[in-house]
Amino acid sequence: MSDPVSALQGAQFSGIASVEEGGLAGMITLRGDLGSKVMQAAVKEATGADIPATNQVSLSADGGTAWMSPDELLLMVSYTEVEEILAALNKSLAGEHALAVNVSDARAVFRVSGDGARETLAKICPVDLSAEAFVPGQFRRTRMAQVAAAFWLDESGAFTIVCFRSVADYVFNLLSNAAHPQSAVGVY
Amino acid sequence: MSTRLANQGRLIDRSKPIEFTFNGNRMTGYEGDTLASALLANDQMMVGRSFKYHRPRGLVASGAEEPNALVGLGNGDRFEPNQRVTTTELFAGLSAQSQNHWPSLEFDVGAINTHLSRFLPAGFYYKMFMYPKAFWKHVYEPIIRHSAGLGKAPDKELKDADQYEHFYFFADVVVVGGGVAGLQAAKAAAATGAKVLLMEQTNTWGGRAPVDGGTIDGDTPEAWVEKTLAELEAMDNVTLRSRCMGSGVYDHGYVLGYERLTDHTPGAAGPRHRLWRIRAKQIVTATGAIERPLSFAGNDVPGVMLAGAMRDYVANWGVTPGKRVVIATNNDDAYRTAITLHNAGVEVVRVLDARASGGGALMEEVRQLGIRVDPGRAIAKVTGGKRVAKVAVCAQNGEGGAQEDVVADAVAMSGGWSPVVHLWSHCGGKLIWDDAQAHFRPDASRPPLGDDGAGFVVAAGSANGTLDLENTLTDATAAGAAAAKAAGFAKKAVKAPVGSVQAEQPMAPVWLMPAKADIKLRMKTWLDYQNDVKVSDVQLAAREGYESVEHTKRYTTLGMATDQGKLSNINGLAVLADTLGSEIPQVGTTTFRPPYTPISMGAIGGEARGEIFQPIRKTPMHDWHDANGADWEPVGQWRRAYAFVRSSESVEDAVAREVKNTRENLGLLDASTLGKLVVKGPDAGKFLDMMYTNMMSNLKVGKCRYGLMCSENGFLIDDGVVARIDDDTWLCHTTTGGAERIHGHMEEWLQTEWWDWKVYVANVTEQLAQVAVVGPNARKVLEKLNAQAGGGMDVSKEALAFMEWKDGKIGEFDARAYRISFSGELSYEIAVPASQGMAFWQALLEAGKEFGVMPYGTECLHIMRAEKGFIMIGDETDGTVIPQDLGLHWALSKKKEDYLGKRAHLRSHMADPDRWQLVGLETVDGSVIPDGAYAVGEGLNANGQRNVVGRVTSTYHSPTLNKGIAMGLVHNGQKRMGEVIEFPGTDDKTYKAKIVDQVFYDKEGEKQNV
Repeated sequence: MSDPVSALQGAQFSGIASVEEGGLAGMITLRGDLGSKVMQAAVKEATGADIPATNQVSLSADGGTAWMSPDELLLMVSYTEVEEILAALNKSLAGEHALAVNVSDARAVFRVSGDGARETLAKICPVDLSAEAFVPGQFRRTRMAQVAAAFWLDESGAFTIVCFRSVADYVFNLLSNAAHPQSAVGVY
Repeated sequence: MSTRLANQGRLIDRSKPIEFTFNGNRMTGYEGDTLASALLANDQMMVGRSFKYHRPRGLVASGAEEPNALVGLGNGDRFEPNQRVTTTELFAGLSAQSQNHWPSLEFDVGAINTHLSRFLPAGFYYKMFMYPKAFWKHVYEPIIRHSAGLGKAPDKELKDADQYEHFYFFADVVVVGGGVAGLQAAKAAAATGAKVLLMEQTNTWGGRAPVDGGTIDGDTPEAWVEKTLAELEAMDNVTLRSRCMGSGVYDHGYVLGYERLTDHTPGAAGPRHRLWRIRAKQIVTATGAIERPLSFAGNDVPGVMLAGAMRDYVANWGVTPGKRVVIATNNDDAYRTAITLHNAGVEVVRVLDARASGGGALMEEVRQLGIRVDPGRAIAKVTGGKRVAKVAVCAQNGEGGAQEDVVADAVAMSGGWSPVVHLWSHCGGKLIWDDAQAHFRPDASRPPLGDDGAGFVVAAGSANGTLDLENTLTDATAAGAAAAKAAGFAKKAVKAPVGSVQAEQPMAPVWLMPAKADIKLRMKTWLDYQNDVKVSDVQLAAREGYESVEHTKRYTTLGMATDQGKLSNINGLAVLADTLGSEIPQVGTTTFRPPYTPISMGAIGGEARGEIFQPIRKTPMHDWHDANGADWEPVGQWRRAYAFVRSSESVEDAVAREVKNTRENLGLLDASTLGKLVVKGPDAGKFLDMMYTNMMSNLKVGKCRYGLMCSENGFLIDDGVVARIDDDTWLCHTTTGGAERIHGHMEEWLQTEWWDWKVYVANVTEQLAQVAVVGPNARKVLEKLNAQAGGGMDVSKEALAFMEWKDGKIGEFDARAYRISFSGELSYEIAVPASQGMAFWQALLEAGKEFGVMPYGTECLHIMRAEKGFIMIGDETDGTVIPQDLGLHWALSKKKEDYLGKRAHLRSHMADPDRWQLVGLETVDGSVIPDGAYAVGEGLNANGQRNVVGRVTSTYHSPTLNKGIAMGLVHNGQKRMGEVIEFPGTDDKTYKAKIVDQVFYDKEGEKQNV
């Protein structure tokens, strides 16, 4: 196998928030009946995490799950093990009506952290990012300026953003622009 | 003359002088000045010329309602026209230019129009420019375009130097307006725990109250404002923003806030404007009131000003517009101006009170100061050209005769106050006419309604019609509490502060001064300063049958300028009502639309400029293409290489080279952008049989099939190759532009119609980088890669036949290879993980060297498919084309009971044998038919145009055949083989083309099947 490369190979920017491309991450789109016991067990085995509640992420030591829709999850796993995990997942789900596909390379991942992280995102996403409204563990699929994106907030106050690989450049520039050092709004 | 006073000026800091220029003249102001007050301090009363008659115009107001004082601000890439000087904070180095005059502000040739005003009545443009017809385009329009418009457009070669942004915010209660009503409403709402956002358009809090006087809870208004502001600032649930205008109210409690961050410090780092996009549960409009001018002749002469504004200039900025002032009023409030002026040492020559009985306590106070007050008197006219020189005084209840001249250099006028109902009205809040105060105010029983049928806007204070301090504070307290309650917060009693002011006598409506002014006076009596609409214009419109206020507005242009009639609206419709003999409430107002005052285009665009103007989707190989001569073309949001141009060749040369090389050696195409949808489930076969016109359920695992998709209306919407992956999984390729659209199309049918079918769809387009390896040497390069790196995939004809696919290793890459061909050559499309796409591309280039490898672009792809007669979605189809038109009957399954589009194809028009049919076209002289050309037939149509019998859908120069080839839809085309038809070009040439079979190259398909 040739060395895989992420879209922006770790690009970084620092302003009212720090923006960094997160590199390659293992991701599986899983569609199916989220209430099924077989599904719950398979997801746990694949990620170490439970099926998350609506609009939540469920994180484990080496992965996690994110709620995408009533019948879709995003599974986060090790990039190097994604094909094995996918194969095991498909095996566990044999007989279930489900679809699991590797989307690791279809995505770019960014981390936005620092005091201005909430404001940075609130400039480009129509989401209530106040501390009362957006709490750690929350996951949101939304619009980021002109493209689709999803993000969650972790306990350290950092956001992890997932978008399509083809627009990685746009999203990085967008985030850097929104994090302009002299552009703090001063509300969050 | 207008001048700076020795004292007064609560907002300026006299220890901090600021230099600026107006029309190149150096002037000095103070920190805290607006450009308006600084201009007055420098005796610059005249600030522009009017739109139509080019009359000299001066400052009329002191705030957002100012109609006249618009200037071009800044220079070069920071130049902006039509900036209101009253809302422009003064800064060092400010440079302003007056507008709408030539050659200079002092001497303007266009002012001749004022003498021609008899010939420029209401509706002049409509009446004059009807005939002769041809004159419009060549004579009238160029002249009008030259003379119309206020400011100059910025230099089109320059880009705005500033940066802008949006900000999404959510609040329980948004209060618009930071006067005492807004502050008190915010306080009452915040006390319940509601999250409150308070916006004030200026840089100071408190609104008019500190100027207008009175007491609040025994304090001065200024002290109360300071105290309340401190209280609000200390609350965690309150956000205060000054320099932030509530610009519009929209459905579902959506509010736009326009924050001007660096307008007062141009060039400072960071965004210049920020557009707040706010979701509010409830909105309180505490937007204040605007004073109305009085309609007397010469009320537009520089030096005539609103009484409240004149008071502002003295109290806030320590400037007076004149030394001898006449005041005309129909209410008690204007007496405050008399007191303020007198206390500042300005001579008030006379107060003309249109009311026969005069005013109350305030009038008495003025008389005590020794100022002459004349009840029942009015201004007949003001004269003086560029500056008030003389005021002719007459009886209000007359025609303007028996005038007495008074020498004065400024006039303060007050026609009463109108609540700012704009934001209340933006989303449908209704108004009622208040007879006592002669204004429209919000009708609390008919607010704008939210999705639950309940109101979501509450008006407060003078914006709600409570013009005195006492009632304003009570009303604002109630409004804040009501908004918080409606937003779901438990009631929390907040005591309304006690406001106290002198009692006032009722005002008396005065719509014309004097009441029976003759036509000569009415023709010099301005309603709309910015658009030069006079009383006589509105009256003429009414006589000509314009009864609706909306029609009158458009006919006369009343209220249509950038100030949107803030001063003229009520006066204009009162004149209209009077002329029509009806009541003002029956005539009604025109519609209030956002924004309240113009906001910058930059703020609307937000961050979307420069490299983030719009997203550009890039494949993993994008940067390589860019570095290797890619001539880009947009395909959806992707950029694809049209051709890879080498130095010393033209784009056309490059395309020809690529075609030739691919047909003879080896070409590589980045096909990553093609849509890839995985469709899986027990019902996936059944589902795809509905999606595609041909059969997909019987496709064998390991095989590929080309398929067509129609909409339910029968029109062709997409095509592509489908591969059967396993028993219940298919992979559907879509066109580049179709990936998201077809994914959505599939989901829509699954979610809304066949929700019980067990099918899942996932879009994996971007997971894979896909390369088309095309040409006689295609197999050789893959075999070489395998040999080099031990790839195991057998790509021989036997192991991987045409229209088959296979997973395996090619070289060191995990790959899926499809034996499909869109070019007619031996061809593999190979998908690898996107993160290895660039490495794979490079490996192919490296290994392909000895086989003559060259990358090729989309134009080469197009030509090769056209040589083969393959259709292209978007070229041969345009949303009106069905498969039958393209001779694709073979792809319409007769075995299937149903598929999307099947029923539509049975409709008479779809089954009509007269529909145009796809054919090949070959020019008789080898030239290329122009793109989009129509074929003409015998005779003329009803419009005298040639009858049309067909059109070109794709047309190219074929480097392979060295002649012009094309496809087109032609009437009866399939039966007319060999016939020559004509395509007139727009270049005056007629192109003759023979109708031929559309497959120009390798009809038997031998080349691809090796």
